[in-house]
Amino acid sequence: MPEPLLQVESIVKSFAGRGSGGVRVKAVSDVGFTLQRGETLGLVGESGCGKSTLSRLILSLLDPDSGQVRIEGVDFTRAHDRQKRELRRRIQIVFQDALSSLNPRMTVGANIAEPMRLQGIGTAASRRAEARRLLGLVGLRDEHEERYPHEFSGGQCQRIAIARALILKPDIIVFDEAVSALDVSIRAQILRLILDIQQQFGLSYIFVSHDLGVIKRICDRVAVMYLGQIVEIGPADVVCRSPRHPYTEALLRAIPIADPRRMRVENLGLIEGDTVGAVKPDACPFENRCPKRFAPCSKDRPALTEVASGHKAACYLNSSQSEGGTP
Amino acid sequence: MSEGADAGLIVENLRTRFGSDRAGATVVDGVSFALQPGRTIALVGESGCGKSATALSLMRLIEPPGRIISGRVLLDGRDLLAMSEREMEGTRGAKIGMIFQDPLTSLNPALTIGWQISETILAHQPVSRAAAEQKAIELLRHVGVNDAERRAHDYPHHFSGGMRQRVLIAAAISCRPKVIIADEPTTALDVTVQAKILRLLRDLQQEMHASMLLITHDLGVVAAMADEVMVMYAGRIVERADVDTLFHNPGHPYTKALLACATGIEDDRGVPLEPIGGSAPDLRHPPPGCRFAPRCSAVQDLCRAQDQSLRALAGGHEVACVVVEQERADA
Repeated sequence: MPEPLLQVESIVKSFAGRGSGGVRVKAVSDVGFTLQRGETLGLVGESGCGKSTLSRLILSLLDPDSGQVRIEGVDFTRAHDRQKRELRRRIQIVFQDALSSLNPRMTVGANIAEPMRLQGIGTAASRRAEARRLLGLVGLRDEHEERYPHEFSGGQCQRIAIARALILKPDIIVFDEAVSALDVSIRAQILRLILDIQQQFGLSYIFVSHDLGVIKRICDRVAVMYLGQIVEIGPADVVCRSPRHPYTEALLRAIPIADPRRMRVENLGLIEGDTVGAVKPDACPFENRCPKRFAPCSKDRPALTEVASGHKAACYLNSSQSEGGTP
Repeated sequence: MSEGADAGLIVENLRTRFGSDRAGATVVDGVSFALQPGRTIALVGESGCGKSATALSLMRLIEPPGRIISGRVLLDGRDLLAMSEREMEGTRGAKIGMIFQDPLTSLNPALTIGWQISETILAHQPVSRAAAEQKAIELLRHVGVNDAERRAHDYPHHFSGGMRQRVLIAAAISCRPKVIIADEPTTALDVTVQAKILRLLRDLQQEMHASMLLITHDLGVVAAMADEVMVMYAGRIVERADVDTLFHNPGHPYTKALLACATGIEDDRGVPLEPIGGSAPDLRHPPPGCRFAPRCSAVQDLCRAQDQSLRALAGGHEVACVVVEQERADA
């Protein structure tokens, strides 16, 4: 195995709880994964599972309590400022709400060129030329350069945000729910663009989404997060076809399939409870909602262990002594 | 009234326009349908196609400069569009319950949710405040809010997204409406919460024998919930079919394109994404003839020459496409 492009190791981030003396909430708890060059890793989970915090930690927009984020072996979290600047160039992000991520008082051209200016790269003319080239690449026209973000639709703003993410020639782009707010046909257009530029530039992607349908369609691997932890990680098609964690299974069964012969509302899988409520530190985080819980689940937190080559899950059902059947 | 008494909701040639006569856009352009008691019709289409404007028109909640320019909306044999505003106030919430996408903005942040639900009850039923509040607690319990008695005193921001949607549903069903209009009721929710809310909506609908107009762009939700589906494009209904026909024998090229570009969980990696080229027309200057013609892969000269209206292909299946009509006639 070559050295991974990105390596996240036992990263932890907690935030102060509500009120004075409130307990700290672990938003990301001991998360680790790798990303190879040219690979797309999906990060899926529900609101509050920590996927956005994790993506901010990867970008070094937040400092972790502990753990490492390494790009080609260099620890981002302990890098000095000059090194951090270079590392930040190599990893870019595209947000869900593209319009609010663009500066409303800058033209589209200036928005796209801004990262270059901030990094002190090139001259005004060369930055402008580069911005124009990227504008064409993402499917917009030259004359759009002088217009302002509010004049564009959601899909077009996302194209602008993608052009801006590309201008520093990064190695990695994080897409944080980048297509979630778009209509199906626009979503398909943007996904197609995202896949095309990946091919063209050999980019690596982290694709954060709550939509497993999108993840399965475009990702090599997927990591499923629940309450700050990765509970399952593996090849996207394998995880979606034969999940090894009851939470992944529950997520999959809750997704309505666009075929009334196979799925009606009566067949939608329901799981009890919700994610609100304290997590017991020495129990599986999914224990209180899991339909398959048994004795060990409340005693200790299951570790993320390999269940097949390249496929890991954090569930006691997978350990050999508990042949209760594959979840 | 006898004939129309249980006919459900009948909409005839509804047209809603924003802006002036000369420089405006007809965002709902001749929509007609009949929604029978106990049935669910899904209205599908992309942002800006007129789905929500249709829903707001039915409730007469279109704000100026928008206005309903023609049509009839019959409920219990009475035309809602011809009612006085006062009569309409008695109908909204009582006979038609509405659930919106964003429960946080449809709830008042400064009032407890128990108070807000009882407001709806008090507006339509001759009961005391205390009785209304008691009813509100029962409704909250009914829609699955735990510890309803205590939670009725909480404010909207104390609730999660899914719980807020339950609160809104409780308010919408408080007067046992005959019609429920649900506009993207689960779009902002996580899938596991969505599954619960969809199940709740279906159960309540069956229990009340209400009809439901479900507005969504999620084809999975459509497949799960609808009896019948209407596909809307640029202000017009371009296809109407029972749910099975729509998914397994769609007629209109737009419907086919929508189905092809959906990223469902059943599709594998490597299945090519098939976006629809171009974008929806500017309704201030709609293209002549079929409005989908500029983006349609099956387009013929005929399509641009004449307006396409819904025509029956087979029992209950209507499509506004001359090309498909000819194909099926030849087959």
